[in-house]
Amino acid sequence: MSEEVKKSSKTAAHSDEKKSEKYYYASQWALMGRKFRRHKLAMGSTFVLLIFYLTAIFGNFIAPQGTEQYDGKFVNCAPTPVHYFHEGKFVGPFVYAMKTERDPVTFMAHHVEDKEKVCRIKFFTEGDPGGEYKWFGLFPSNIHLFEAEEGGKIFLFGTDNMGRDLFSRVILGAQISLFIPVVGMLLTLVLGLFIGSLAGYFGGWVDTVIQRAIEVVRSFPQVPLWMALSAAIPKTMKPAQVFMLMTIILSLVSWPGLARVVRSKFISVKKEDFIMAARISGAPASKLITRHMIPSFLSYIIVDMTMSIPSLIIGETTLSFLGLGLRSPATSWGVLLQETNKLETIMFYNWKLIPMIFVFLSVLAFNFTGDGLRDAADPYK
Amino acid sequence: MDDVLLEIRNLSKVYEGKDVHVKALSDVSLTVNRGETIGIVGESGCGKTTLGRCVVRGIEATGGEVLFHTEEDGIVDFLKIKGAQLKKYRKDIQMIFQDPYTSLDPRMTVFDIISEPLRYNTNFSNREIEQAVDKIVEQVGLNKAFLRRYPHAFSGGQRQRIGIARSLILQPKLIVCDEAVSALDVSIQAQIINLLEDLQREYNLTYLFISHALSVVRHISDRVMVMYLGRMVEFGKTDDLFKQPLHPYTKALLSAVPQPDPDIAIDRIILEGEVPNPANPPSGCHFHPRCIYASDRCRREIPPLENKDGRLIACWNV
Ligand SMILES: Nc1ncnc2c1ncn2[C@@H]1O[C@H](COP(=O)(O)OP(=O)(O)O)[C@@H](O)[C@H]1O
Ligand SMILES: [Mg+2]
Repeated sequence: MSEEVKKSSKTAAHSDEKKSEKYYYASQWALMGRKFRRHKLAMGSTFVLLIFYLTAIFGNFIAPQGTEQYDGKFVNCAPTPVHYFHEGKFVGPFVYAMKTERDPVTFMAHHVEDKEKVCRIKFFTEGDPGGEYKWFGLFPSNIHLFEAEEGGKIFLFGTDNMGRDLFSRVILGAQISLFIPVVGMLLTLVLGLFIGSLAGYFGGWVDTVIQRAIEVVRSFPQVPLWMALSAAIPKTMKPAQVFMLMTIILSLVSWPGLARVVRSKFISVKKEDFIMAARISGAPASKLITRHMIPSFLSYIIVDMTMSIPSLIIGETTLSFLGLGLRSPATSWGVLLQETNKLETIMFYNWKLIPMIFVFLSVLAFNFTGDGLRDAADPYK
Repeated sequence: MDDVLLEIRNLSKVYEGKDVHVKALSDVSLTVNRGETIGIVGESGCGKTTLGRCVVRGIEATGGEVLFHTEEDGIVDFLKIKGAQLKKYRKDIQMIFQDPYTSLDPRMTVFDIISEPLRYNTNFSNREIEQAVDKIVEQVGLNKAFLRRYPHAFSGGQRQRIGIARSLILQPKLIVCDEAVSALDVSIQAQIINLLEDLQREYNLTYLFISHALSVVRHISDRVMVMYLGRMVEFGKTDDLFKQPLHPYTKALLSAVPQPDPDIAIDRIILEGEVPNPANPPSGCHFHPRCIYASDRCRREIPPLENKDGRLIACWNV
């Protein structure tokens, strides 16, 4: 085994790892996992995304209010502070009851804390009528994660001009804003993988035609194209249909990027020695593609898809913000941000900008995760 | 059955691209006998890999024939057969690659790599596949316990053994070894050469042994072909060719290696200049710009391949 002692420069880099028996038996995905875990920022971002998506999935339970609930007495209410100590004594999480006062000069109504009345926060409570929902669309329930005791109100992110709880709306909006991009991405994947494979595997005139098509689609500026397509959605459509149409529109505009990547990966992998080796040993085209070619660049496709989600999030938000996508009463982050297009919002009700923070965080988290995946995508380098 | 295994006839390959037109292989003809090893030498870029890959149909040749002498179907042109016939004979002509790092799919375990050809060419049960793999793995000197590992667990020499096992598992008749040891350390080169020789004896294998390392070629080959810019310039028995090279290019190549044998008298010719670009080869004899004997005729006309006492040679001055 003198050979084993010798090394080749390619593997010497991870000599510490080489000693581990596990490393020898590690598949591509296991090796990628090792590399990815070393990327702290990407790990953190993945964790953030996990929390966002879990929150969105269990949104109806976590959000105190349903999409259709509002409280006309608490319009434009600032975020409710959560306290732990009342007059120096620890009482656990609670809020003070709220009373409405009028500014003697401007006559504007605003809500202030009534420091006399302590309302504890209760967990796993039966919600108000109107907060009913179904677990995974199947089991009816009205249990919510938290609520203030009788008399108190808890609006973690404040309320809007109809008295709707912004915290609930951000969570319920995430159900659309975070899932439209994923569905759109899957559609993009199907289109991009199929069209890119045709071009890359067959080459010749098929490739030429597809490349021209890609150039044409890419030469349109994205946002105006989205706008033109979205403007064509009839105003009378149900939100679910609008959702479907929007994902289709977003992926129609974004498939060329992926198709290009797939095409160039096919072309470069075709020249690999191990592909020729498989061909010489008699592999039919179907096996060549599915057993060797696609697995060899699948990790890059995943990177590319992850990196394409941010633009889909921004796409949905932009369209809805401009009133071309989803419209109230449907809830998405873009719809929520529509309210911020008035100057008074920014002057008096700056908490209404909170949804923007979530757009920002999720876009950033996807980008960092994509970075980490890209570094891990080729564990053999 | 006759002694001939394969006749390569006027094999040519032009690489055609957007703005490339490289004539990498021009009218190479060669008769290969059963059980022999033919060495193919020449500087880098002279078309050795192209020749090997055309013969195994790793790439499509643009001209010529590879006549394969079979028991059942007589002589078939390996480059033209299709479908069931291709499936039947493809397994007879296999290849060992130069780079043991790029020629093994890193995403497959060693067992999957070695057994893959069986899955496409036989109806073996899993049990039979395992037995066949075990047998071949033992023969090439790999440890059976390591079959579930991935290629990244192995050194270059061990990887090359994996590649050899893969090319051997279908029990081919001809193996093209394209620089099969060039990427390895010298001590490991010797082990792999010995392995190839043992396997040849055991299975009566025929090798096309491509290499730019003359000492290795001299050791392993029965006959040697010298290539220059896509053409055969000299071909003969190994001993004759090494003891008395006739073509100026062969002389120059041999001059570059230290001669172990003092009684071999060759004119020392120092090879000057670069290999010309095959996309734009010199007129006449492609070697003339670097040849000290070059005459006007060499500059004008391509010399034909002629038989001189059993030696094939393409030179106006011999
Ligand atoms: N795919 C290709 N496209 C264009 N030219 C190529 C290609 N492969 C090889 N060549 C050219 O063909 C010539 C012969 O190459 P090759 O057969 O690899 O030579 P060798 O193996 O003797 O070094 C070289 O000039 C090389 O640049
Ligand atoms: Mg080569």
